[in-house]
Amino acid sequence: MSTEAASLPRAAAPPRPGVWAGLWEGHALPVVVVSLLIVALWYVGAVAMNADLQRSAFENAGQKTWTTAELVAGTLAQERPRLPAPHQVAEELWKTVVDTAPTSKRSLVYHAGITLSATVLGFLFGSVLGILLAVLIVHVRSLERSLMPWIVASQTIPIVALAPMIVIILNQLDVTGVVPKAAIAAYLSFFPVTVGMVKGLRSPDPLQLDLMRTYSASRLQTFLALRVPSSVPFLFASLKVGVAAALVGTVVAELTQSADGGFGARLLAGSYYGQTVQIWAALFAAALCACLLIAVVAFADRIVLRRMGYTR
Amino acid sequence: MPELVEARMTTTPPQARPEASGRAPVISARDLSLTYETADGPVHALSHIDLDIRPGEFVSLIGPSGCGKTTLLRVIADLETATGGEITVNGVSPHDARLKRSYGYVFQAPALYPWRTIARNVALPLEIMGFSKAEREERVGRNLDLVNLKGFERKFPWQLSGGMQQRASIARALSFDPDLLLMDEPFGALDEIVRDKLNEQLLRLWDVTGKTVVFVTHSIPEAVFLSTRIVVMSPRPGRIHDIIPCDFPRDRTLEIRETQGFIDIANRVRHGLREGHSYVD
Ligand SMILES: Nc1ncnc2c1ncn2[C@@H]1O[C@H](COP(=O)(O)OP(=O)(O)OP(=O)(O)O)[C@@H](O)[C@H]1O
Ligand SMILES: [Mg+2]
Repeated sequence: MSTEAASLPRAAAPPRPGVWAGLWEGHALPVVVVSLLIVALWYVGAVAMNADLQRSAFENAGQKTWTTAELVAGTLAQERPRLPAPHQVAEELWKTVVDTAPTSKRSLVYHAGITLSATVLGFLFGSVLGILLAVLIVHVRSLERSLMPWIVASQTIPIVALAPMIVIILNQLDVTGVVPKAAIAAYLSFFPVTVGMVKGLRSPDPLQLDLMRTYSASRLQTFLALRVPSSVPFLFASLKVGVAAALVGTVVAELTQSADGGFGARLLAGSYYGQTVQIWAALFAAALCACLLIAVVAFADRIVLRRMGYTR
Repeated sequence: MPELVEARMTTTPPQARPEASGRAPVISARDLSLTYETADGPVHALSHIDLDIRPGEFVSLIGPSGCGKTTLLRVIADLETATGGEITVNGVSPHDARLKRSYGYVFQAPALYPWRTIARNVALPLEIMGFSKAEREERVGRNLDLVNLKGFERKFPWQLSGGMQQRASIARALSFDPDLLLMDEPFGALDEIVRDKLNEQLLRLWDVTGKTVVFVTHSIPEAVFLSTRIVVMSPRPGRIHDIIPCDFPRDRTLEIRETQGFIDIANRVRHGLREGHSYVD
């Protein structure tokens, strides 16, 4: 009876282009062009912003005349420029990431470790909290009206104002170390997860729900067999937002709790001593870490969705 | 056809097959009405429906689009609540009948869960109803075989054609072996040849197992070939226009479509449909 299975022609997989050729054709070219444009603009900006600093530097050194080439070269090699040039930031990154032992307090790897541990911890807490809130909201009608306004309000308070208060209160309760920073990270990351999961848990269409009804499935069975699997794509989309928000929260918390180190502490120290190159290097390192975290979530997303048959 | 022999083993033996008369009705509707309250005013989807369906009957609902066929099926299934009149399913309210898992429902669309493979979609009701793993595997295999989908167990729904998806949804409804099948245009999306084949298989399954079937269709030959009774409905308000008995032997084959008896009944149905349409404003 099952001749159809055998005789039905399966679509042949299209020949795969080489990875690099594919990248180049697909996304690499526009990415490279945009990056080069940004770097070029950055150089122009650095020259323009540092020019008068450089002129007064020449004057202080007793130099009366200078060529344009000298001026441009000078603007791109200052120790404390208003806007450091890309190669200065790159040099600083190389020095603090590669040339310094990761155990040293001058190493950005050391600070990345501190920031990432609080970020990941806060993200995990925030995600679990976000999912639990979403489950409550979807299952208890009255909670939607009573909880949701508070959840939204919690995100309207500027985190730079709130973070120091939370850190100080927790410190006074003898909660120190990674926990206060993770708390701020969780505070920022639970919100997108709650919103995404509420949407995801409500995403089954009426027909899919009717089907469960014809089996007289319990609410728990409908939840596990229908609502949870339907929500997975929504969950991952909001986890990507949440993990980036967690990193921002941690960095903001580190501005207050700077004695422990981390990117926030580097930013603070850099601005305190006018070390603009150090500030920019820390900013870039933080952005790279955020990209890394998002990439990890995106990778998990792809694996899970493929296994669930969502991606073709 | 080995799957039919297997079907025989797991369901009511033929000698105990219920006859179409003398037993309490499976479905009994008295003066049943359903009015949807919409923004544009009330929609009378069902109005004064009187219908008894006895065990082992194969009843087709036929009528123009919007005459309430799906609505009637949904009331029987307790997916919709009637606004007037009375209805019982297996002697109890549709709600209680649903809680007892008395029926299998095949929707107009396949409604497969996209994250489940075909085999796991067919196993869904079995998981919900707590069948053992071994039992689930056996039933999934048998029912996929029955709808000719062997070899597609591990495919996801999007890898199947619309017709194959609909067959998978039929296998899903059959998997827990309900005594009552409610089928809403199950073969509407299939080509003529596959449709004929599945019609024959459904008829055989019904003959062998003694299930009661309520079947919605737009096709007159399909209704005449399958049914013991044909309910012709007409729209606005949705109501029963005519009920046409159709007493070919239970083991009828596709050949009866050439007989004069078949053509006479088909003509009566067509006539009824045309009359029903003339009510339309
Ligand atoms: N949920 C609803 N709310 C409001 N009106 C509805 C609803 N469901 C159906 N109707 C209306 O009830 C009437 C009967 O609909 P129903 O789906 O039962 O028709 P049908 O006979 O199954 O049609 P088709 O052959 O196209 O499937 C239609 O006029 C339809 O617009
Ligand atoms: Mg319909």
